[in-house]
Amino acid sequence: MTGSQLLLYGARRILFIVPVLLVALFLTFALTRVVPGNPIDRVTGPYVSQEHRAELKHQAYLDRPFYEQFAFYLRDLAQGKMGTSYTTAQDVSTDLRQRFPATFELVTYAILLSILIALPLGVLAAIKKDSWIDQIARVVSVLGVSMPIFWLGLILLYIFFYYLDWLPGPVGRTGSVLTSTQPITGFLTVDSLLRGDLGQFGQAWRALVLPCVTLAFVAMAPIARMTRATMAEAMQSDYVRTARSLGLPFRVVVFRYALRNALIPILTIIAAVYGYALGGEVLVEIIFAWPGLGLYSYNAILSSDFPAIQGFVLLVTLLYMMIYLLLDVLTAALDPRVKY
Amino acid sequence: MATGPLLEERRLTPPGEVVIGAAPVAGRLSDVIYQLRGNPATIAGLAIIGIIVFAATLGPLIARYDPYQINLGEAAQGPSLAHPLGTDQYGEDLLTRVMVAARLDLVMALSAMLLSMAVGVLLGAVAGFFGRFLDEGVMRSQDVLQAFPRFVFAMAVAWALGPGIGTVIVATATINVPGYARLMRNLMLSVKESQFALAAVAVGNPRSRLLWRHLMPNCMTPVIVVATLQCGWAILEAAGLSFIGLGVRVPTAEWGVMISMGLQDFLQGHWWIYTFPGLAIAVAVLGFNLFGDGLQDILDPKRRRA
Repeated sequence: MTGSQLLLYGARRILFIVPVLLVALFLTFALTRVVPGNPIDRVTGPYVSQEHRAELKHQAYLDRPFYEQFAFYLRDLAQGKMGTSYTTAQDVSTDLRQRFPATFELVTYAILLSILIALPLGVLAAIKKDSWIDQIARVVSVLGVSMPIFWLGLILLYIFFYYLDWLPGPVGRTGSVLTSTQPITGFLTVDSLLRGDLGQFGQAWRALVLPCVTLAFVAMAPIARMTRATMAEAMQSDYVRTARSLGLPFRVVVFRYALRNALIPILTIIAAVYGYALGGEVLVEIIFAWPGLGLYSYNAILSSDFPAIQGFVLLVTLLYMMIYLLLDVLTAALDPRVKY
Repeated sequence: MATGPLLEERRLTPPGEVVIGAAPVAGRLSDVIYQLRGNPATIAGLAIIGIIVFAATLGPLIARYDPYQINLGEAAQGPSLAHPLGTDQYGEDLLTRVMVAARLDLVMALSAMLLSMAVGVLLGAVAGFFGRFLDEGVMRSQDVLQAFPRFVFAMAVAWALGPGIGTVIVATATINVPGYARLMRNLMLSVKESQFALAAVAVGNPRSRLLWRHLMPNCMTPVIVVATLQCGWAILEAAGLSFIGLGVRVPTAEWGVMISMGLQDFLQGHWWIYTFPGLAIAVAVLGFNLFGDGLQDILDPKRRRA
């Protein structure tokens, strides 16, 4: 596929994002409005009169059918407003902008860590089948899908925070009360370096270690498993046998022939895990009091904060679609046979 | 997007090579034993499931204490001879509670699995068999279900239904329906083109009989493998929901709830309160995963031991 074709394909896909977002939003509206429980009743409590409540509901369009609410929401959205959250009392877009970097930083480091471990592990396991490293890969991939992630987080906290006292406890991103500084990128590890604040850099890293390892341990399993399976298949293929019979060095055969061919399913599973973690790592964020999207969605659901739930769904659906778009473009770039 | 089902779908037999011929062979007991012997991990999985089922059925009978017997005089004690796994902050014996909880957790996971399998298989079979509008309608609705973050969706369902055992089952089942529907549809698409389907039509079977008696049974092997694996994930998801207070509530003897009770005492350093229930979850899920993987090896003709 040539560069211009790829660009055209990307443009088509980006256009396609809009209708999908609309459908996801519409469904969120329908689902939240079907469920009993009104955010106004919850926020105001028992000491606000019925009339005043009705007035507030009217202001929030909550006395109208949900499709009308949907239309109003879209109108506001076109002006960049996502509605005021009932719990934080600021626009949801501001909320999301504050919380997304926390999740993004955590999940990105965790996925990088898991790739760094799982990919070599899977490759080695595939080329040395039934060796001790293969056994390790098997254990890792079955343990990762068997452990309750929130329990793993607690155990790590007990060992490294409570018992050894090496790492900060579950108090969010800096491991202490945050001296609030204006974010630049939102990545605390990057921001602190840009500012030259090595103290904060160290704090941010130390706070990241435990949640990151917890998440990576679970993310590693599917990646290691997929790498092992596809690499094993590739190593038994005719082209690898031919390459070896021609006397190419083993390393070249493994990396340039087998791994390159096995890479697409591996990338697919990495994208799936990444998207899943970005949108749903609620439990890790709860355990570590990590002020990110997962915790935000949890609180939004518990307090039936409709604008917050809608904003969250919108952002996460967008993220999914971006990740899969990136994946498809990468696939096309890697595999000349792929045509869209 | 579910990482689990996605993974399993890929690893299953390609739809073109449905295990029709192999199924009867695998059914013979001696062959099953032979296959198992070459696969110690599967035996381990089976043994774990056996232990969990044993605890679930007989646990309440052999337990030395009442799981809800509050005894503040012995609150939050570490493992000892009288309480091998220690006691929680109410003085309830943890060994008793971990065993008793096995029943509830297993029942919730199995019910969720059966519910999502029944709905998903039916949807997928109908979509694959009738095709066209039905197929489009069913599969696009599944796409939409999968567009939401999995666990967040389960949270929303659980929150809407209010706490309780039924809630956990329905919420866990809901997020797993699309996996079955997708798998079943793809299997159905290939099976309905096979020779035996043509033969069944040729001898005059009505379409309903063709679907129920000829096509569906021939799709079930991969579905059963996924269902076994899903039992494990359902335990994780159910415990996760209860852990954050959206499923079964404190003080019910349930593994996720027990971990959340341990979390309350985290800063007192009472590690045993959350460690043992979590270990029970991990071991149970491990059992189902090992057994599911093994089942796949045994049922798949390409991966069987010769």
